Amino acid sequence: MERKLKVDAIKEGTVIDHIPRAKALDVIKILKLKEEDIITIGINFSSKKLGRKDIIKIENKELTEEEVNKIALIAPDATLNIIKDYNVVKKIEIKLPEVLEGIIKCPNPNCISNNEKVISRFFVISEKPVKVRCAYCERIFTSDEIEYEY
Amino acid sequence: MKHLISMREVSKDEIIKILQLARKIENREITPNLSNKVMALLFFEPSTRTRFSFETAMKRLNGEVLTLTGAEGTSIEKGESLKDTVKMMERYADIIVIRHRLEGAARFVSEVVNIPVVNAGDGANQHPTQTLLDLYSIEKTQGRLDNLKIAMVGDLRYGRTVHSLSYALMHFNPMLFFVSPKTLSMPDNIKIDLKDKGINFEERERIEDVINKVDILYMTRIQRERFPDPTEYELVKNIYVLTKEMLKDAKDNLKVLHPLPRVNEIEESVDSTKFAYYFEQAENGIFVRQAIISMLLGEV
Repeated sequence: MERKLKVDAIKEGTVIDHIPRAKALDVIKILKLKEEDIITIGINFSSKKLGRKDIIKIENKELTEEEVNKIALIAPDATLNIIKDYNVVKKIEIKLPEVLEGIIKCPNPNCISNNEKVISRFFVISEKPVKVRCAYCERIFTSDEIEYEY
Repeated sequence: MKHLISMREVSKDEIIKILQLARKIENREITPNLSNKVMALLFFEPSTRTRFSFETAMKRLNGEVLTLTGAEGTSIEKGESLKDTVKMMERYADIIVIRHRLEGAARFVSEVVNIPVVNAGDGANQHPTQTLLDLYSIEKTQGRLDNLKIAMVGDLRYGRTVHSLSYALMHFNPMLFFVSPKTLSMPDNIKIDLKDKGINFEERERIEDVINKVDILYMTRIQRERFPDPTEYELVKNIYVLTKEMLKDAKDNLKVLHPLPRVNEIEESVDSTKFAYYFEQAENGIFVRQAIISMLLGEV
């Protein structure tokens, strides 16, 4: 009841829950949500699972699993809830995709992807801990070395 | 195989096929004819051996060669992107061979053109045709590729030849010794891949620790041009010098390889020993490149 007062339930759309605290705005950037989208953002909610968490509600828009998987690097425990008529009709755990395109920037300054107009492409070679390999320079990077492109 | 970009994606079967083809070309059992084909050599970074070797290989196949070296006097100097340069070259040539200082350049080119692309060295990343000629030389001198003890010496951090070679050797169950100062050790991404494939390797700092137990001693130059800090280069530039005396207790079958050019890392006195094989190795490059070009152009 208390939570409902803080953030209204939505009738139709998508709720992304269990985002690590202070990462909600990054998630919006990665998902490239548009100006006309109606978005409610909750920051620093208490969470049994994470201690503190962020939450995002997007009205009248059903995000696909593939779209939301892009946020797995910064929000590995996030869940995706599809809402119809105020009810959760689908709940999906986020998974890191095998290939990340246009999401992260290669940390190697000598990589062609930092010097020509190239959409970055990384292969996920390990999820825990996160390790990705640049498709161009072939170097492997860990999550703390990764920079985001948005 | 449409392109040759990285040894990471060349299978054992493809390696064996290329080496067999190179052997047949060397023995004149087959003579592929590329008389109606044009090869564009785009060398944005200096090269002597690799460029001449590709050029000789194409000429022996009766093909034509277009060469671009450096960016001076070309549209690149006017600010043309690599993409536009290669989109144009693809209209003139049937195959592109590219060397570039940026890592991933050859991969990028292979994604924007519709003709075969060969990576002739991309920064510190890969040099797959060098690796195939190294494998050809190893097989020719040792009679096999499997279960060999191989030491790589020198600049293992920036040296693309040793990176490519390590990937290729993963198919042949080697025992690898990486001899380098700590500042120039083999990159972690390659060590991770070696571990994943169950390949045994040891890291050492002295040639003397390994010289009497290996079948192949693969020497490399400390590459001044890849050091961000010249002081760091000065500290390590003469750290490894192979002399004739160091080889006195080496295994009979040992061969010393080097992708060349050498600076000080192999004394000239080694050249006349039975162990020296680096000049023959360079010659082998022509047969191997003839095989690669013919294969990619579907002429064998």
